[in-house]
Amino acid sequence: MKPFRYERATDAAHAVATVAAHPGAAFLGAGTNLVDHLKLGITAPDLLVDVSRLPLDEVAELDDGGLRVGANVRNADLAAHPAVRARYPVLSQALLSGASGQLRNLATTGGNLLQRTRCAYFQDPSTPCNKRDPGSGCAALEGWTRYHAILGASSHCVAVHPSDMAVAMAALDAVVVTLGPDGERRIPVTDFHRLPGDAPHRDTVLRHGELITAVELPGLPWAARSRYRKVRDRASYAFALVSVAVALDLEDDGRTVREARIALGGIAHKPWRAERAEQALRGLPATEESCRTAADAETADAHPLRDNAFKIPLVHNTLVAVVRDLVPETPGSSLEGAR
Amino acid sequence: METEIRLRVDGQEHEVAVDTRTTVLDALRERLGITSPKKGCDHGQCGSCTVLLDGRRATTCLALAVAHDGAEIVTAEGLGTDGELHPVQEAFVDHDALQCGYCTPGQVCSAVGVLREAAQGWPSVVTEVGAEGDIVLDQEEIAERMSGNLCRCGAYVNIVSAVAAAAEAEGAGR
Ligand SMILES: Cc1cc2nc3c(=O)[nH]c(=O)nc-3n(C[C@H](O)[C@H](O)[C@H](O)COP(=O)(O)OP(=O)(O)OC[C@H]3O[C@@H](n4cnc5c(N)ncnc54)[C@H](O)[C@@H]3O)c2cc1C
Ligand code: FES
Ligand code: FES
Repeated sequence: MKPFRYERATDAAHAVATVAAHPGAAFLGAGTNLVDHLKLGITAPDLLVDVSRLPLDEVAELDDGGLRVGANVRNADLAAHPAVRARYPVLSQALLSGASGQLRNLATTGGNLLQRTRCAYFQDPSTPCNKRDPGSGCAALEGWTRYHAILGASSHCVAVHPSDMAVAMAALDAVVVTLGPDGERRIPVTDFHRLPGDAPHRDTVLRHGELITAVELPGLPWAARSRYRKVRDRASYAFALVSVAVALDLEDDGRTVREARIALGGIAHKPWRAERAEQALRGLPATEESCRTAADAETADAHPLRDNAFKIPLVHNTLVAVVRDLVPETPGSSLEGAR
Repeated sequence: METEIRLRVDGQEHEVAVDTRTTVLDALRERLGITSPKKGCDHGQCGSCTVLLDGRRATTCLALAVAHDGAEIVTAEGLGTDGELHPVQEAFVDHDALQCGYCTPGQVCSAVGVLREAAQGWPSVVTEVGAEGDIVLDQEEIAERMSGNLCRCGAYVNIVSAVAAAAEAEGAGR
């Protein structure tokens, strides 16, 4: 590991000014992703500015019934927060399905959004990777692609974004609040992460020195009816093959979809907001059939790789399963069969 | 680039000079000679380096020591009191919840954390949405909550029974 200097930020402005002035500097949250990368030789900053003790650690009420989550709120605390559990169960569940109890006790909201892909080739400096080393090529293209993207990828990169939390936030239309050298910015989380295109080394739209200070969850009363489901190779403590976040607003009949918010994980370079599926589901009864129609709409342009065509039916089945969990059983509901 | 930091470990104050690259795990093991937290994977994947860090279970192999200046740490070695084992440690012995023992200090610290988290009503991903109040640490909850601790010997069945017994004993004592 290359030697580096360590500085503890005294306040947010100081952190921003220090990193912005220093091309080789990086912010340090809990370090559960960054320190791993220092050990693996994926990145080699020469200055770490520790922002983990800045007082950005509160979950505060917003006027619209939403919540403002400080960048330093720990994943475990956010998942257990009573308001999050009651109003945004999808977010609580997404957080709880990520990593392990002892990592969630450390991991911060800001760091989680900025964690980098777990693509095996990205994490192995002996293989080419355009994300780690721009222009070097992509070993995954001809490699083992079970975990890779089926939507939105490019010939430069097929890696997927690993965060569970961010998928739930994408479904909730959360907004990332940042402080940069030019002041504050508010970036919808759906615009925060980038598709790879020809610059996969840029994960997000953040500029060097721009600090995440908070994430705002807009008030959305019907998000109380929301769920996250993560499908993986073992029962727990593994990254998603496919994950599905859904919030549903039902008509008074308790069955017809008035509004749906759907986001998918494990299938693209960013948390994938499934607008086509939402559109397809609107106005239909929440049945297995309409879920399959919605999933069809979303995966119509999917480009599976050698090892991951299974993700298309998996998206279908997982969407059916999540909606089944969300819609109170009605006799004769065709979701019964999926149980 | 050495920095002086303070760590309180198992009730004892230490001042130690660490390179900025030193993790909490390496500071404990290599600088302070406290070897109950084990180095398994060194990448946050196995849980053998788990301690109670400022009261919460945490892996220490990805945590930089300089960033934890002033921390209060309890390792498996410091869990007992007056020569008595901690109830969780007793339960591990009673239930034969180990084979080689390498993962055990991390398992034990994690289990102590699990009991505290459940007592605070923290949900896990298998807890029913909307459930309030006490968490019942049944087999499914324990397996999920302990999933960050891997055991190469595969002693899981007995580890789960040990944690269940400790949870029950604690519940009875409340
Ligand atoms: C074994 C293992 C399993 C895991 N499994 C999962 C999983 O299943 N699902 C999942 O979602 N995650 C998983 N994770 C990832 C984990 O959630 C992240 O490592 C964690 O959330 C990162 O948070 P941190 O505070 O440690 O960030 P750090 O490692 O400190 O930082 C990560 C990045 O964010 C930057 N940064 C940190 N804070 C800020 C800020 N406020 N503003 C701007 N930049 C900032 C850093 O410079 C760095 O680039 C796993 C991690 C491990 C080690
Ligand atoms: S050594 Fe820390 S988790 Fe494996
Ligand atoms: S007892 Fe041997 S690794 Fe767990």
